[in-house]
Amino acid sequence: MSKTRDALIDPLFNNNPIALQVLGICSALAVTTKMDTALVMGAAVVFVLMFSNLFVSALRNQIPTTIRIIVQLTIIASLVIVVDQVLKAYVFEISKQLTVFVGLIITNCIIMGRAEAYAMQNPPGMSMVDGLGNGLGYAVILAGTAVVRELFGSGSLFGVPLLALASEGGWYTPNGMMLLSPGAFFIIGFFIWGLRTWKPEQVEQD
Amino acid sequence: MQGSVGYNLGFAAVVCLVCAVVVSSAAVSLAERQNRNAALDKQKNVLLAAGLATDDESLSEADIASRFEPISPVLVELAGGEAVSDSDPATFDQRAAARDPGRSRVAPENAARVIRMPNQALVYEVRAAEGQLDMVVLPVEGLGLWGTLYGFVALEGDLQTIRGLAFYEHKETPGLGGEVDNPRWKALWPGRRAFDDELTPVIRVVKGLAGDVADNPHGVDGLSGATITSRGVTNLLQFWLGPDGFGPYLTRLRTATRTD
Repeated sequence: MSKTRDALIDPLFNNNPIALQVLGICSALAVTTKMDTALVMGAAVVFVLMFSNLFVSALRNQIPTTIRIIVQLTIIASLVIVVDQVLKAYVFEISKQLTVFVGLIITNCIIMGRAEAYAMQNPPGMSMVDGLGNGLGYAVILAGTAVVRELFGSGSLFGVPLLALASEGGWYTPNGMMLLSPGAFFIIGFFIWGLRTWKPEQVEQD
Repeated sequence: MQGSVGYNLGFAAVVCLVCAVVVSSAAVSLAERQNRNAALDKQKNVLLAAGLATDDESLSEADIASRFEPISPVLVELAGGEAVSDSDPATFDQRAAARDPGRSRVAPENAARVIRMPNQALVYEVRAAEGQLDMVVLPVEGLGLWGTLYGFVALEGDLQTIRGLAFYEHKETPGLGGEVDNPRWKALWPGRRAFDDELTPVIRVVKGLAGDVADNPHGVDGLSGATITSRGVTNLLQFWLGPDGFGPYLTRLRTATRTD
């Protein structure tokens, strides 16, 4: 049982795909200006990661090693297209804001990384748990980044105004850099710094 | 026999087949809902530009349909300005038409960087019970900083005063150029005058503050930190309201109003 728990909990802080492995950074910069886009993106990645791990793992003894990468990619790409179609049908507004980044989940290194590193060696149940854990690890960083960016960049959370903006007669002048990609770079950098101060074993040896 | 070429090909074929079935059934089964979303979104933006809806109310499908009641979509020939009826306004897709070489032409050199323009465009007219023109909503598009802005501009029945402006699709930076969606900025538009006395479109986004309508009837506050987006909005409005855009159509409407 503890092995299952490890597979789920480990990727959150001990082995976070973004903070430790520094994978999936591109989309983490692009969709974190607002909480709702960050959370929908996180949920989309959790879904794709769980099911790509499940299907790859279920087929792991049948997939010919010579073409395994392209087979994994086909499975991942199909799942991503399905997710994209569902978002367009049910949360149209948010899918408009996510634009190409849902489609680009296909190229998110976390997903292929987990398929290749975990699902190819482990049974389907555990692979799904691993997918869930890694997806949540990604979503946690996205949500954390989005909290900082939306609060200080737009003075709101989930679109609800919290800080009175100077342009509306309040006191807070929003920090425009938070809304640009470099803002996310700094925030994720601070997260990684904080995490490695808390868990010094994550610091890479020179 | 695992590892043989035949097995690999067979495996790849089966995976592709299964994935293709999954993807196409998702696409087909959700297509209707997606198309309805896209159509509703467009109608909602017409309402926003027309001032018949505001950003902070959430509209149900029925709300949108009922508010759209007085609005009649009209297909117009851009070059001549006359209304045409050779295709159904309900299914007319202007962006598809602009891509179709048979139904579009290369746009004349323009600052809005419109490359191709459709021969026909879909406009929305609102008429009072006696047929008097109350408002007209025109689709506009043009290049901003990161991509094309697509939106609508609404003119009052005098075909001079702006009723509203709304963009439904753009790729501008959130917080900077993305402020084209800011309701407070959009609220600066109603009442501004789009044309000068010679009926040349002179409406523009200025640098800095423009003041209220009485001070500056032809200018709107610039978006700070978004010079290129601001310039893009100016260019696209001047292009589409000008002689290469909806000019002929507006001229026809003006003469029709005068003879009535």
